Amino acid sequence: MAKYIIKRILAAIPMVLIITIICFTLMNLAPYDAIDAMTSPKMPPETVELIKAKYGYDQPVYIQYLRWVDGILNGNFGYSIVTHQSISTDLAVRIPNTIKLILPAYLLSYVLAIILGLIAGSHKNRWADKLIDGLSAVGIALPTFWVAMLLIYFLGYRLKLLPIVGMHTIGKENSVADFLKHFIMPFTALFLSFLPDSVRYVRSSTITQYSEDYVMVQQAFGASKAEIMFKHVCKNVLLPIITKLGMALPMLVTGAIITETIFGWPGVGPYFVKAIQGMDYPIVMVILVLSSVLVILGNLLSDILYCLTDPRIKDLG
Amino acid sequence: MAMEKKNQKRRIGNVISALKHDKLAMVSLVFLGAIIILSLIAPLLPLNPTATDVRNMLQPPSLAHPFGTDEVGRDYLARVIYGGRVSLLVGVLAMVTCVCVGVVVGTISGYFGGWIDNFLMRVVDIMSSIPWMILVTVISLFLKRGLKSIIIVIGFFTWMEIARLVRAETLSLKEREYVLYAKFVGVPGHLIILRHIIPAVLPTIIIASSTGIANAIMTESSLSFLGLGIQQPMSSWGSLLQSAQGNMQNAIYMAILPGLLIVLTIFAFNKLGNLLRIFVEPRTMAGEKD
Repeated sequence: MAKYIIKRILAAIPMVLIITIICFTLMNLAPYDAIDAMTSPKMPPETVELIKAKYGYDQPVYIQYLRWVDGILNGNFGYSIVTHQSISTDLAVRIPNTIKLILPAYLLSYVLAIILGLIAGSHKNRWADKLIDGLSAVGIALPTFWVAMLLIYFLGYRLKLLPIVGMHTIGKENSVADFLKHFIMPFTALFLSFLPDSVRYVRSSTITQYSEDYVMVQQAFGASKAEIMFKHVCKNVLLPIITKLGMALPMLVTGAIITETIFGWPGVGPYFVKAIQGMDYPIVMVILVLSSVLVILGNLLSDILYCLTDPRIKDLG
Repeated sequence: MAMEKKNQKRRIGNVISALKHDKLAMVSLVFLGAIIILSLIAPLLPLNPTATDVRNMLQPPSLAHPFGTDEVGRDYLARVIYGGRVSLLVGVLAMVTCVCVGVVVGTISGYFGGWIDNFLMRVVDIMSSIPWMILVTVISLFLKRGLKSIIIVIGFFTWMEIARLVRAETLSLKEREYVLYAKFVGVPGHLIILRHIIPAVLPTIIIASSTGIANAIMTESSLSFLGLGIQQPMSSWGSLLQSAQGNMQNAIYMAILPGLLIVLTIFAFNKLGNLLRIFVEPRTMAGEKD
């Protein structure tokens, strides 16, 4: 098994490298570059040259690339060309904020999806299933940003129950109650966007398990419904779902871009959207690389989890 | 071949009877039909989505303006209908692009195998390891914002899932006797793909298209909502919601209507896509009302 895991890790490395090359090339091809942002057409050419030399843009492209990768490996992500702030310091503040929002929403929807999915799948075509499945179908069609807008309107403007923007009221940075008040609406919107897909997934794998022969055998032996459910079906449904946890890894950073933007949550989302709108390439590049590395790591993690939980895979080597 | 034809007919019959028994699917079909017809005949209707009227700004729904007016006095009903035109157009064209690329890559990869397959699948792996939201927004940086670029962005960067599906099916299809025979008598690869493989994967493609439109409409509306999609004065349901966000406090009706239409349209396309699954997997889905 260790051999299999090592093989998977080795296969992931070139993927990450290729992605950094693609990102870098994309940014170099972009119609507008970092130099344009730091200089103005009125500057004399010597000044422009000086600025280029200062940031290393006078070097050949491959040297720029190596310097950039070297920086990333050392945790130096470069500087924003709009605000000139260090991207690593910015992200060090923003990523924890994003995680604070996404992790609870994801975990709650994960647990609830398992429960609802099992209920629906084991009562196929009965009213409970129809209700759960119907609601998930509607949920899938709901755009997150629209849900967020309606929440803001009804809970924020109309009932004036909750603050509509940000994470803290100024001056109350340490108040937990204040944080929770800001947290409820984005959390709800995000939770509702995660839930329906997972419910459907659990439901359909439950239905598949119930159509397997072993269920019929158990029924023939007179096992009770609860026994079949908890001793056999549950196990087989849950195994692949545990491995899905690994795939959720990249969501911790980029899972709430829209929600965060609408609620002005000071996480990665608004940072990224602002960078896109302002053509702040260094930031876009870092987030592009970061999120794809997380996807690759997440897939790796889910393979490893699969390996650990499913004894049949162990022999694969 | 005759058997195959008969089988095909029976499957179409199955779909029609399922449609007759499923009221919700019927409603979805009628709803989509109505929306599509309304979008097509919109220029013939006495509606002008760009005529401004500063004396009637942000009017709540009334007889003259059944859906009210927006922040510069444009009739909101007209805006919504023309927005639907754009949303549906983007949905359909992006889906067509994405299905075409996916089918070409999937069949070539599955049929020819070897290094071509390896190469194409690595491309798919790499493209799908960038979260779609990030990928699509970054690509939209390179193009002038507007209708064409949003279709390109969605069409050329969301085909990976379809390619995987089609490849998997092609792999099993190419072992079929009629394909082996065609190969044996020397029919060139591209003709085998066109005549034998693609017709056989057609049902999968149809289902993928139906959910593909739904996804494209969702993606377009999210991008337009973030201001990265359709630009003024053209509007789509997503960009209408973006401008509604600024006027939410005094004109909530501006946010309700386009949002509701997005939900209903996506729901209807997904519903019909699910129904079509009966066509592909007649046995597994029989009796399951989905």
